[in-house]
Amino acid sequence: MTQFNGAGEQPAILVEGLTKSFGQVHALRGIDLSVPRGTVLGVLGPNGAGKTTAVRILTTLLVPDGGRAVVEGHDVVREAPAVRRSIGLAGQSAAIVEELTGRENLEIIGRLYHLSRAETRSRAAELLEQFGLADAANRTAKTYSGGMQRRLDLAASLVGRPRVLFLDEPTTGLDPRGRLGMWDIIRSLVAGGTTLLLTTQYLDEADELANEIVVIDHGLVIAAGTSEELKNRVGGDVIEFTVPEHGRIAEAAAAIKPIGEGEPHADPETGVVSVGVGARGSDALIEAVRALDAAGVASHGLALRRPSLDDVFLALTGHAAEDEQPNERRRRPRGRGRAEDPRRGDPESRSSRDDTAKAAS
Amino acid sequence: MTAITGSAWAPGLGSRIRWGVSDTLALTRRSLLVWLRVPAYLVFTVIQPVIFVLLFRFVFGGAIPVDVPGGYVNFLMPGIIAQSAAFATFGTAIVLAQELQKGVIDRLKSMPIARSAVLTGRLVADTGRMLITILILVGVGYAVGFRFLNGFGPAVAMVVLATVFGVAIACISAFTGLAIGDEESVQAFGLIWLFPLTFVSSAFVPIATMPGWLQAFANHNPVTLVVNAMRAMALGGPLEPTLWPNLWRSMLWLAGIFIVFVPLAVRAYRRAS
Repeated sequence: MTQFNGAGEQPAILVEGLTKSFGQVHALRGIDLSVPRGTVLGVLGPNGAGKTTAVRILTTLLVPDGGRAVVEGHDVVREAPAVRRSIGLAGQSAAIVEELTGRENLEIIGRLYHLSRAETRSRAAELLEQFGLADAANRTAKTYSGGMQRRLDLAASLVGRPRVLFLDEPTTGLDPRGRLGMWDIIRSLVAGGTTLLLTTQYLDEADELANEIVVIDHGLVIAAGTSEELKNRVGGDVIEFTVPEHGRIAEAAAAIKPIGEGEPHADPETGVVSVGVGARGSDALIEAVRALDAAGVASHGLALRRPSLDDVFLALTGHAAEDEQPNERRRRPRGRGRAEDPRRGDPESRSSRDDTAKAAS
Repeated sequence: MTAITGSAWAPGLGSRIRWGVSDTLALTRRSLLVWLRVPAYLVFTVIQPVIFVLLFRFVFGGAIPVDVPGGYVNFLMPGIIAQSAAFATFGTAIVLAQELQKGVIDRLKSMPIARSAVLTGRLVADTGRMLITILILVGVGYAVGFRFLNGFGPAVAMVVLATVFGVAIACISAFTGLAIGDEESVQAFGLIWLFPLTFVSSAFVPIATMPGWLQAFANHNPVTLVVNAMRAMALGGPLEPTLWPNLWRSMLWLAGIFIVFVPLAVRAYRRAS
């Protein structure tokens, strides 16, 4: 086995100039990534950005058109079997057999990894325990909640003790409790030294779990860095408020434009208006109150806050992270019609806005 | 485009075959466990052909004059067994499309298992299910008056031929399921061609009763050849001379189906996403 000497120097995942097109659609237009061993990379982007395509190439499910990708020192095209020995994959839906029990699902995977019967049994029991499924181990997976099914799916991806784990939108479709449970499990895996590449549309999720974040949009990496570094790119604080009369948000945006650094962003659906104000903080807040008052536009929840990754995304791409994008799966020529999570504008991903600093009154 | 199967890890041929067999068996076992858990899947495979047997034996059969020893029920059973073997492969296509949709196939493809195991495991399990269906149908046939008239050996040969025919159709179904990749589409129209293929043949009625243009199709339909050969095996006697001409043509057809659809199914599996 070709292992690198001096583990840790060589990244667990290395991607250079990766491209992939499906007919006329350029899903990846040359992305570079590097994930050091034992760290978490959050790949952030809207539907159709190319996240899933990247994961599918890295897990040997797709052959790239150009560039190269190396996982644990093995080229994903030329040495695909070796790559498959070091990785685990959990996709956007629970890839489990619902008619079988949780234990049976894991034991089948164990047999496919050529574990002995005894090893298979103990590994399955260990994972069921670790993922809080021990009590449900002998029930068919059909009876599990969505969160339990996803945990079982994640457990299945770990049967072979992968050194590198790929999680494609691990919490899409889960309720808030399911998400938090998943986050705890992911943190404990990373604490155990697993390298993790995680894709998500949820900015708070990347913020919460990832050491480094890359933002992908339209098949290109448009920004990379820690969550803090990305937030600094927005350039300071943000003023945000809600206009109850959604019809008047254009007026409100026009009124505060002179105060902001850059274009205000107004969401006609929610009535939320936001604008970056740099380091002027509370001065800008007072000016905003006056400007809205002068314009005669009612507002509530006017507040100054630290930028969230939502703002980063907006600043980088000019559109919000949850904006409707052509569906990545449907754009694939052989789309399998799997339902993509339709929760755009999901209130949860906005929850990061709740940690606002001071409310103006 | 080069195939994904790299060679950096190439273990010896012996251990590759051993792994291939063990992976196939693990995946076969998975399907068998599912059927143990939800016997309804097996029951549904069997119920429809049993209803067909009863319908044709007691409702339509009396109006269909045939010229074989033992009358219509003996004419019917080989036909209905062949059709049921083919229809049993609906399950092959539907389950593969389902697993593709749910990401089960992605999971399996990302694991270090034999590349052939997902398809072979499916086919082995479905062949088992098909064989059970066929044997139950023989039993039901006996209950409503069907009799093998040509001895035990040819009777077994008939079951084997029906099974091989079913496996050939299963390869087409596997390809269809993986290529369409959407369970509902497969359910709705993926295997609709099986209806004209099995009904416009000698399975249920003598071809001579059809209009001329339809006879042209029916006479060259592989289902006709297979059913005629099966009938000759089951009944012998006056049908004996029809055995070889139908059998060797059937073999050619079946070989052709395997040669075309095994690679297509493998390719669809590799590309499936």
